[in-house]
Amino acid sequence: MLYALLCYNDEAAVCAWSKDEENAVMAKLGAVTEKLAKQGRLGPVARLVPTTAATTLRKDRNPPLVIDGPFAETKEQLLGFFVIDCASLEHALETARELGAANPGGAYEIRPILQFWPGSAGT
Amino acid sequence: MSEPAGDLTWIDAALTAARPQALAALLRYFRDLDMAEEAFQEACLRALKTWPQNGPPRDPTAWLILVGRNVAIDETRHRARQQPLPDGDALPDADDKEAELAERLDAQHYRDDVLRLLFICCHPDLPATQQIALALRIVSGLSVKQIARAFLVGESAMEQRITRAKGRIARADVAFETPGAVERAARLAAVAAMIYLVFNEGYSASGDGAAMRLPLCDEAIRLARLLLRLFPAEPEIMGLTALLMLQHARTPARFDADGAVVLLEDQDRGRWNRAMITEGLALIDKAVRHRRRGPYQVQAAIAALHARAAQPQETDWAQIDLLYAALEELAPSPVVTLNRAVAVAKLRGPAAALAMIEPLAGPLNGYFHFFGLKGALLMRLGRDAEARTAFDRAIALANSAAEAAHIRQHLDQLAKEGRAGVANSE
Repeated sequence: MLYALLCYNDEAAVCAWSKDEENAVMAKLGAVTEKLAKQGRLGPVARLVPTTAATTLRKDRNPPLVIDGPFAETKEQLLGFFVIDCASLEHALETARELGAANPGGAYEIRPILQFWPGSAGT
Repeated sequence: MSEPAGDLTWIDAALTAARPQALAALLRYFRDLDMAEEAFQEACLRALKTWPQNGPPRDPTAWLILVGRNVAIDETRHRARQQPLPDGDALPDADDKEAELAERLDAQHYRDDVLRLLFICCHPDLPATQQIALALRIVSGLSVKQIARAFLVGESAMEQRITRAKGRIARADVAFETPGAVERAARLAAVAAMIYLVFNEGYSASGDGAAMRLPLCDEAIRLARLLLRLFPAEPEIMGLTALLMLQHARTPARFDADGAVVLLEDQDRGRWNRAMITEGLALIDKAVRHRRRGPYQVQAAIAALHARAAQPQETDWAQIDLLYAALEELAPSPVVTLNRAVAVAKLRGPAAALAMIEPLAGPLNGYFHFFGLKGALLMRLGRDAEARTAFDRAIALANSAAEAAHIRQHLDQLAKEGRAGVANSE
């Protein structure tokens, strides 16, 4: 089954990483994703621009309302996601632990994917 | 989840990120910068001691504020009663009710707290360099040594400079009440200008000092991001952040291997930082939707047009000319007109650009870039003798060896082509 691993972390803390720290985290993550790719389990991966660059379209009214930033004030923000093929929740947790060891702090929200369209943009 | 043993990177990052907000809250509490800094320092030491064992608190900033406050109070009591301090392990943990209370109380104020902390560094009596040094020391938390290196001065000289500046602001009267809308807007504008100064201090460096000073650009972007998180719907703060990112994105291509200046049109655009450009473009797009134009947005829009051109010849000079015209209205200055003349030269040729900059000869009499551009325009018009005079003046005014070397290339070209006195109009 496909799982989405949604990466939440304190954006301010991640922005405070030095270039060396950033490169070290990316290298460690790269080693894990490479392994997953070899196993044929790695789907799309995205890293998002910080929420200060985000815009929200509230469509619960007509016309929809456009506001700056994400709606909720939270300590941790959605910073990116992985789509990974896992046999079970235990398997997904194990993978999340591996990725987490490469990228400390924050949380992964593990969500089974209901419907998936791989698409072709950006490929 | 277990953290890798001995890897304290996450604590460093958390402390750096929490610093402005925690220090700002402590400043409001103590109303004394030195006390606030000492309390924050002490809280950080305790974090380094307890976090590796207990894991990070749920809200590191609230933890640091609360611990900083308690430590200072204990210290006062200790001095009064000569009693031993409570053991460090008795400190509040993430689930402590008091921490939640502190967080709730401070969340209402922290926006104005951080703005105040930044604002006290912008005291109008302080020269620009002292404002910058103070902001880097107090808000960013850089060490005196790091700041001294960035300013290419000795550590003790910088220490003195910061101490003097601190004395100045300690005597200044900064209101601790919640500011009104007008006061808040004024503070925001002063702080934005100071952040831009920090950036320019790093960006305008060239030659040997450039690498040392580049961290100032990163620091300025960090401060701009901080401000943007506090004021997420202010188009000028989006504009400022976008401007800094779009300019800094070019840094890897701005100097060649020998440290010589590479002009925008000669830069290898493949070396531009795509991540920064993506974020900068997203921010300027957002800002424009507010339809409240300001100088930072216009400058960011100009930088965005350069960033969007994959090749120099794809640059939309007509749009850049219009944006500079808008900037001349919003924030008139001879330097803006000088920059506009570069776009005019592309659009309508060197003669039109020269006519545009001639009235600037007075105000820009001591400005390197004025004579650099004037010389280049005259050279294109075949007025070589005049070009040479302008280039000589530019070299005399150069701010760095790299700038002077760049002008010398033009002079060499004139000499090589033996064009002295020969009209060679385009």
